[in-house]
Amino acid sequence: MVPNNLRYAESHEWVSVDGDIATVGITKFAVEQLTDLVFVEMKKAGKTVAVKEAVGQVESVKSVNDVYAPVAGEIVAKNDAIEKDTAIVTADPFGQGWMVKIKMSSKADLDKLLTPSQYEAQIATQGH
Amino acid sequence: MGQRTVFHDWHAGHGARMVDFAGWDMPVQYTTIIDEHSAVRNAAGLFDISHMGRLNFHGPDALALIQKIYTNNAATMKDGQVRYGLVCNDNGGIRDDVLVYRWPYSWAMVVNASNRPKIVDWINDSKGSLDVQIEDQTLSTCMVAVQGPRALEIVAGLTDADASKLGYYYAAPTLCMGQKAVLSRTGYTGEDGVEIMIGNAHGVALWEELVKRGAKPAGLGCRDTLRLEAAMPLYGHELSEEIDPFQAGLAWAVKMDKGDFRGKAALAQRQNGGTLRRRVGLELHSKRIAREGTIVRIAGKDVGIVTSGTHSPTFGRPIAMAYVAPWLQPVGTQVIVDIRGNEELAVVVPMPFYKRK
Repeated sequence: MVPNNLRYAESHEWVSVDGDIATVGITKFAVEQLTDLVFVEMKKAGKTVAVKEAVGQVESVKSVNDVYAPVAGEIVAKNDAIEKDTAIVTADPFGQGWMVKIKMSSKADLDKLLTPSQYEAQIATQGH
Repeated sequence: MGQRTVFHDWHAGHGARMVDFAGWDMPVQYTTIIDEHSAVRNAAGLFDISHMGRLNFHGPDALALIQKIYTNNAATMKDGQVRYGLVCNDNGGIRDDVLVYRWPYSWAMVVNASNRPKIVDWINDSKGSLDVQIEDQTLSTCMVAVQGPRALEIVAGLTDADASKLGYYYAAPTLCMGQKAVLSRTGYTGEDGVEIMIGNAHGVALWEELVKRGAKPAGLGCRDTLRLEAAMPLYGHELSEEIDPFQAGLAWAVKMDKGDFRGKAALAQRQNGGTLRRRVGLELHSKRIAREGTIVRIAGKDVGIVTSGTHSPTFGRPIAMAYVAPWLQPVGTQVIVDIRGNEELAVVVPMPFYKRK
């Protein structure tokens, strides 16, 4: 089950909205697929990103993967704690493991994201 | 869909994530790579390695044929001994790295899954008029590895032959749970342990017994991190048709004085081949992993390439093996690795990275 109060990207990022600020992280499903996170690095505040542009990278023993912006705007904060200790992402992907906060240039981007039930349907077909 | 081992349904039924490896459907991990890696370093892990090629050599000229295609010397092996060596092409490049087994009345060879068809062809191509029969047992048998400090205790009593009395790199034909099997004190993890070959019909019962005795199922994911810490080369990464054994640091497995063998003339030329790149171990102080293909630089100049890189679970930092210009081989040499545009410092360190106590 995925949290009901979030929106999701097909590339396994979640978005939580507070006014025009979107908090972005990766889903529990993504973390379970990656396993063994060893390195996380997010872009610095002040960078502007387009939808589906990388906001950072997560690296596991197996592979390195981009984290994509689900919405366009300016990065206003990144989570320094997860860069020091990737275990936070594994332990609490939807909470303490958030990655960046983006000041959205258009809230219309949110309409293109998946609802919780749509995202659940997607991962049901991708599960192992 | 790839070729399946007899353990396929067991893997799938126990949460394994399956990947294609050399045309075989193999488990990459059941839990996490780091968890399984730690189990092998601290207790015992259980691997399905049935994809490895198992070839038997019968007939009066079996030794002569093996000597012809193998860089090490099989003639000096004792009965039951297992010896690492290479099969080289006529240019001295590596066609495969293999284990040769000497039995009282025959010989066997374990080859890499990805190279099995190529090596079978090479053997037949090299056979000429020699009186040898090759029997490929890969599909009729299976093979498991029990590796780690608890491995010998876990297999104790399962086989008529006593693993703890078997020397390292020795093997014995034996009965395992009442069935014909081969018990071999070998492995690819840097730990002590055994590999067992047994008929397909008896594989799953043996696997389940080993699990019951405390061996933790472990996938190819940690097999790679374990062999990398032990600085064991992997074909297709550190070894290829273009790389010779001297470049790979495997001169000890080439016996130039044993008589003629395929690739020897070319190897004699390459033996002192000064400018060819050499395999080294690298340790990084960043968290980013220098993966296969990462360019190694010094003063802005490309001087090498990474062939395998990972996060070392034992040391908690990235390690890699790379081929670099020979003057960069000395331990302590500092180089730059370009990881996706980030220039990170790496230091040449002795191999293996990890050595069991």
